[in-house]
Amino acid sequence: MVHLMGRPATPAPVHGNHDVGRGRHRRAPARIPATERSEVKQPFEKVVEEHGHTVLRVVRAVLGPYDADDAWSETFISAMGAYPDLPHEANVEAWLVTIAHRKAIDVLRAAKRRAMPVDEISGPPHAPHSVAVDGSSGPELLDTLELWAAVRTLPDKQSQAVAYHYVAGLPYVEIARILGGTTEAARRAAADGIKNLRKIYPGGMTEGAPS
Amino acid sequence: MNDNPRRRSQHGLTTEATAVLGAALSTPSDSDILARLHDRLALQSETQGILDVAYATVDTPVGPLLLAATTKGLVRVAYASEDHDKVLQDLAQKLSPRLLRAPNRLDRVARELEEFFAGQRRAFDVDLDLSLSRGFRQLVQRRLPEIGYGQTRSYREVAELVGNPNAVRAVGTACATNPLPVVIPCHRVLRADGTLGGYIGGAEAKAALLRLEAA
Repeated sequence: MVHLMGRPATPAPVHGNHDVGRGRHRRAPARIPATERSEVKQPFEKVVEEHGHTVLRVVRAVLGPYDADDAWSETFISAMGAYPDLPHEANVEAWLVTIAHRKAIDVLRAAKRRAMPVDEISGPPHAPHSVAVDGSSGPELLDTLELWAAVRTLPDKQSQAVAYHYVAGLPYVEIARILGGTTEAARRAAADGIKNLRKIYPGGMTEGAPS
Repeated sequence: MNDNPRRRSQHGLTTEATAVLGAALSTPSDSDILARLHDRLALQSETQGILDVAYATVDTPVGPLLLAATTKGLVRVAYASEDHDKVLQDLAQKLSPRLLRAPNRLDRVARELEEFFAGQRRAFDVDLDLSLSRGFRQLVQRRLPEIGYGQTRSYREVAELVGNPNAVRAVGTACATNPLPVVIPCHRVLRADGTLGGYIGGAEAKAALLRLEAA
């Protein structure tokens, strides 16, 4: 007897209406069947385990590595406080990304008020200190850091739309809810972001992408 | 330029490019960073009073034990045979989903268990939260620590102890559903003929505990 996704979705701020573009099931825990997961709320430990990395990437996309840790912590503290009231059928990842977005924007605004020096935005990327001690330097790592820096040079809406869609895997309808505006605007912001990334960073983004 | 990116892939971007982009926002040491952030979350949530259930696992001679505590005290001890993931899911449902691996809250009981299994401790001195059991079962579980280290009682004797000599089967159920095995010593309750009887951690664990206490 399978009643996978059998629960009628009741109206909620965010719910699991993923578009076909999502298709990522890689982190579903093997031991808890999907039927069970949809019926009961997971321990918060599992939420951190499953979505911690996505939240980290999302706050990095907005902030870079330095302030990302604090935004990550604030996101999960805030989420944990509200978790018991989250509807069971809610899309937990979209909910977390919404909170992460808000926290990251708060940090960004505070930083902009402090008049960030120009070279911090458009200058060469600073390697996170943990990368420096890692042995795996070389062209791939450099490419990664450059692309990371490139994402951050995009206009805010574009870098967020790109990160939320391509990194967090959220459908545009959710991204529109997070960023405000229409689904089409979110789709366009992501498309423009990718277009701009190709200009800034032709190496990584044209690979395998026929034009 | 491609003005119809959706035709290329489900995202409007090749999967290779998506992978590159994902990697761009990761670093080789993310698992270390996430482990550190997790620990920080455990501490911060405790400080802010939103960590409803903290848990840890400890290795013991009877296998890994899951320890879970509310702010009131130790609420659950579980053998591996109970399936720790299932136990955590159950705690999330019955107590609160605000549940994290946060070993600090379990430090004291973990230390006492270590001493117990080393034969250096005969009783536990930690606060207990018996909110997972009710009524007669909880009554029995509250009284079980009166059976001293190294002693045993029959189910009938325990029924008499709690003032209900006919409730032998109910005592058996209370032992079988003990949420705090080892710490609440249901392993000291045997059948009247001296055979082991059931045990939540299995007969082998029960025998091992009795051997430890007889030494």
